[in-house]
Amino acid sequence: MSDDANLESFREEARAWLADHFPSAISGRGAELVGMESVSRDPDLEKWRVALGEKGWGTPTWPAEYGGGGLSQKQAQVLDQEMRKIGAFNPLPVMAGMGITMVGPTILEYGTEKQKQKHIPPICRGDVFWALGYSEPNAGSDLASLQCKAEDKGDHWLVNGQKTWTSGADHAQWIGCLVRTDFDAPKRDGISFLILDMDQPGIETRPIELIGGSSPFCETFFNDAKADKDEVLGELNAGWTVGKRLLQHERQSQTGARSAGGAAAKVTLQDLALKYVGVDDDGKLADPDLRARIADHLMKTQAQRLTTQRVIAEAKGNHKVSAAASILKNAASSVSQEKDELTLEILGHQGLGWEGHDFQDHELAAVRGWLSAKAMSIYGGSFEIQNNIIAKNILGLPETTQKG
Amino acid sequence: MAALTEEQELLKEQAKSWANEEAPVSKFREMRDAKTEEGFDQRTWKSISEMGWAGILVAEEHGGVAMGHLTAGVVLEELGRQLTASPLFASGIVGASALALAGNEAQQGAWLPRIADGSAIVTLAVDEGPRHAPLQTRLAAKADGDGFVLDGRKVHVLEGLTADAFVVAARTSGSAGDAEGLTLFLVDGDAAGIDRSRLSTADSRGYANVTFTGVRVGADAVMGEVGGAAEVLDRILDRARAALSAEMLGTAAQSFDMTLEYLKNRVQFGQVIGSFQALGHRAATLFTEMEMARSCVEAALTAIDEDADNTALLCSLAKAKAGDFLHHASNELIQIHGGIGMTDEFDAGLYLKRARAAEATYGNQAYHRDRYAALQGL
Repeated sequence: MSDDANLESFREEARAWLADHFPSAISGRGAELVGMESVSRDPDLEKWRVALGEKGWGTPTWPAEYGGGGLSQKQAQVLDQEMRKIGAFNPLPVMAGMGITMVGPTILEYGTEKQKQKHIPPICRGDVFWALGYSEPNAGSDLASLQCKAEDKGDHWLVNGQKTWTSGADHAQWIGCLVRTDFDAPKRDGISFLILDMDQPGIETRPIELIGGSSPFCETFFNDAKADKDEVLGELNAGWTVGKRLLQHERQSQTGARSAGGAAAKVTLQDLALKYVGVDDDGKLADPDLRARIADHLMKTQAQRLTTQRVIAEAKGNHKVSAAASILKNAASSVSQEKDELTLEILGHQGLGWEGHDFQDHELAAVRGWLSAKAMSIYGGSFEIQNNIIAKNILGLPETTQKG
Repeated sequence: MAALTEEQELLKEQAKSWANEEAPVSKFREMRDAKTEEGFDQRTWKSISEMGWAGILVAEEHGGVAMGHLTAGVVLEELGRQLTASPLFASGIVGASALALAGNEAQQGAWLPRIADGSAIVTLAVDEGPRHAPLQTRLAAKADGDGFVLDGRKVHVLEGLTADAFVVAARTSGSAGDAEGLTLFLVDGDAAGIDRSRLSTADSRGYANVTFTGVRVGADAVMGEVGGAAEVLDRILDRARAALSAEMLGTAAQSFDMTLEYLKNRVQFGQVIGSFQALGHRAATLFTEMEMARSCVEAALTAIDEDADNTALLCSLAKAKAGDFLHHASNELIQIHGGIGMTDEFDAGLYLKRARAAEATYGNQAYHRDRYAALQGL
């Protein structure tokens, strides 16, 4: 059979399987997913998670031997098309925390056979939630100065220190941490990527309240926490490379611009402006200053979207993560934060609500979304760090100010 | 721009140390967390009144200290630095200005002494939609016997929950958008038919939506001329805008100081981050914006004190430039602090939320750029 015929027969297979397994009651409800809790509350969602996990299609392109779908990129696209047609969605990336978007691909790349057998299948089934321990209070942008340490105690690693911004650590089963394993080596050369079981007395978490309200983030404290001896991912003291690779997966998953406040996403800035500001006698937005800035914003948004498309097109068949990911992250966070600011300005007094019935849901969501999105230019390598990467790695400018 | 007088310098020091000791940002946070109904701390307000600041614009014959707008700005700037919440702005500045500019002798005699000693809160009820638009007033005042009946709704009224009296912009003729037909009424907060709804905003202050349903007032409630209030309303609003610009300047200056402090102390890559040129230049840009904004704010306040011809132009200039600086400084406060700036435990979020609320109040930057253009004949 030709490739096309193969794909078409796969389409039939996917369609039939989806018809048998996707509960129509949850059709189109993928956007409601906010985490593990929302899934466990709904029996149909839970049924769907189990079915998709067993089939391996929550991680369609991962190897079948570890529980993935074993599909080609093209087959995965077909599966995605068929799922969209019936309002089906993949809940696993939301439920697995960093497991599917970041940890899984990194384990597949750097893990030992034993680590793959142990960690990948539960991720594919959507059974486990993963957290990541990178930043520390004194090691943010300068991550390489991290101090959380792991000592070799013969049959285990003994871990002491503190991590912060550990998203979902309070309900994670596993955490992947960058720890210092060699204190004599230069900063980056003494770091290892260590996997720890969260279910132990030596690890405590404390949630972090953010400016937009409660958050998934935690501080995580390690007091004589233990890790199995064979849970170092990649080579000992080569954690910087492993960790950096993992962050590239993060950056890639952040390159799409999001829009303010979830529920408001379907309403465009244009609609909102026409509704809240109104038009003049010529039918133009009544606030010409705002009008010019909205137009400018829409242009930037389009330029950002076109650039994303171009980078994807140019990278086709090339599995290396492009350095252009840094450009896209900064462009996406700028555009997104600008949209949130414009939304707030359009809403005026109604764009300052915190709670209560005097504000509509989308107005309240806009405020919270605006505040939360201030983090977009901070996490996953701040705006400034991305610019450093662009200057150094893309433009070839010398490093003159950093001693790290 | 003239330098501050010795008296103003002293007051600045007094206001700064009082705000730092008695009404620091930690007190604002406590008030927010306690969800205080009024949106301000009563002891703070009492203390402000006892120092005479509530009457800072009120004539001596009405029990005030009549120190003028530039001097009031000096105080507001220092309170703005600590996000001190009180009715000082809504009542001591805006309410007092409305009475001074539009009130008759009886109205002034009845309310100015009470504003000055802090025993009454008088606030302006002007906007009816999500954006500042005084001429869009629809709230109807229909002549009825020898008085009027008010029907309509005012939104986002500062200290609207605690106000003892409202200066209400109403329409006695014409339709929304017309300058003709606007009338100001001084309405007692106890009048039958007034319904107040407290707003829970990101700014945590005492905003309320106020509905007037068949509220009956006598002819003596009219402030100024029936149907001809547009011009005086603009003058009242300009006093409000200039004073708020001073407060915003303080809020932005504090945001800048916090950022600068962090740039000088946070160590990453083995050196204080302020030594990175890219960050140093951003601090320099903020500093430049701050100095520009200060000049505009002081010029606007001085123009009011001197009753200069270009007062309206300078007030729009001040509100726009202070707004731009505050917008930028509050964003940089978060971005340069990084993760810690995102936490509620740190104060950056409080400044950011206050910033956007103040920007939107009495016309945001776009509103004032447009008004500035119109005043320049464009």
